[in-house]
Amino acid sequence: MDIENIKKEFPIFNNKVQNNDLVYLDSANSSQKPLVVIDRIYDFYTKEFSNVGRSVHYLAVAATNLYENTRTSVQKYINAKEKNEIVFTKGATEAINLVANTFGQKYLSKGDEVLLTELEHHSNYVPWHYLRKSKGVNIIFAETNEDGDISIESIEKKITEKTKIIALTHLSNVTGAILPIKEITKLAHSKNIPVLIDGCQSAPHMKLDMQDLDCDFYAISCHKMYGPTGLGILYAKKKWLEDLPPYQGGGGMINEVKKEDISYGNLPNKFEAGTMATAQVIAFDESIKFLNKIGIESLIKHENELLQYGEEILRKNNSVKLIGNPKNKGAVLSFTIDGIHPHDIATILDEDGVAIRAGHHCCQILHDKLGLSASARASLGVYNTKDDLDKLNASINNCKKIFSR
Amino acid sequence: MNLKELYQEIILDHGKNPRNIGKFENFNKDAKGHNPLCGDKVHLFLKLDENKQISDISFEGEGCAISMASASIMTDLMKGKKEEEVKEIASKFLDMIKEKDDIKTNLVSDDQKTKLMSLGGVKNYPMRVKCATLSWHALLSALDDFQKEVSTE
Repeated sequence: MDIENIKKEFPIFNNKVQNNDLVYLDSANSSQKPLVVIDRIYDFYTKEFSNVGRSVHYLAVAATNLYENTRTSVQKYINAKEKNEIVFTKGATEAINLVANTFGQKYLSKGDEVLLTELEHHSNYVPWHYLRKSKGVNIIFAETNEDGDISIESIEKKITEKTKIIALTHLSNVTGAILPIKEITKLAHSKNIPVLIDGCQSAPHMKLDMQDLDCDFYAISCHKMYGPTGLGILYAKKKWLEDLPPYQGGGGMINEVKKEDISYGNLPNKFEAGTMATAQVIAFDESIKFLNKIGIESLIKHENELLQYGEEILRKNNSVKLIGNPKNKGAVLSFTIDGIHPHDIATILDEDGVAIRAGHHCCQILHDKLGLSASARASLGVYNTKDDLDKLNASINNCKKIFSR
Repeated sequence: MNLKELYQEIILDHGKNPRNIGKFENFNKDAKGHNPLCGDKVHLFLKLDENKQISDISFEGEGCAISMASASIMTDLMKGKKEEEVKEIASKFLDMIKEKDDIKTNLVSDDQKTKLMSLGGVKNYPMRVKCATLSWHALLSALDDFQKEVSTE
């Protein structure tokens, strides 16, 4: 698949947005969807729809097979050891909540420590905060350095005998820092501490290999991976899925239900209660096929070139300050402009058809650390081009012009 | 008015020289407002005299141009107004920002009305409506002596 012409695979770019060509630089928030994924949802509902895992009629069996096919595709894509280590959730947020809730229930008590980093998205902090309230668990934050990066030393410094789990992002949605997850996991395991990775930002941009990373849990957001909304993935080592109690109760997750007691189903059904996001799961198979067609190497090369180009032009642009200068950086360009509030930047850019995000990007802890109430963020996807970044730069200049009057 | 025009107008008028900035002594009412989404913060101070008239009003704050311009325009307009007048203007202004096409009150001059209407450019942007209304909610809260910080979330 020709990456230079990939925009044409995404119907959203065929339409004008407020009379402008869309320059979409908000993929860290959510990516656009290729036609194959949109078509798959339509086809499933129009020709193949049935609920999965229950009935024995033709459509139900076919739908169940399709649903399970995606699980296998995900397993291969992230190189998990077993298919049953893949649990579908309603989002990465639910994946993290699932672990915080069940692991917390079984293994955490008053005074125990959960080690996070200052880079974490609220979805990898708030679920642990509940345990602070309900169980008296302490939450410890590994500190970012001045480059907006987390070193292995900053993690090591905060590990104590009370550390029961380390939960951290693979790729920061603000500074773009890519964390040395493999080394951190190795360190943690040497002290018998399990590791959860928030892979929301890394999964769309990096090669994923669960067996190589060796982490215990990995949360993925499908709508950031050119897939449908309402779907996330929790990868967890089989031993954990067997060991942890179920998260939600309902149909589909049980083995036997009696008035006296209930036994739970096998993996991964134990963690998939109720009717799942069936069409989304089935359509997500197309997202994986789409990513495979591009090839992760070409995708990484394309996005790295864009990122470097974007950094180059924004650094040249006076009064634009890039946020973070991590050793290894992924596809985000967060910035501020002297004297212009990020929300004003985003609104003015929007009038030119340039879609970016402004705010704290669900990272208030990090913004407090940076001494900022908000920042502007342009984030990249496979469909972006150097032309998009030139338009971003031109629109920033326009914004500066308005404010310099 | 589209948003770009709105920006040009408020930047020209209030963005660079916001009026009534800074705490003054002997205020007798104050209220804070916070817009968690944008991080806009406003702290409003006012002196309501024995005739229930605002004899002085000012604000401190930080935030986007819309929130600062709105606070600037609002404080300018309210100085010298009676409490009931303030409440009526605020309620008509909030109606206009949310849904109405006009500000139906004879308590503001045509010139003042034009300024207020210019903020109506945010109408179709719910996130930005919060910026434009933050200081107004803080004003009503100060008059009612609410102790809690106003939040637009």
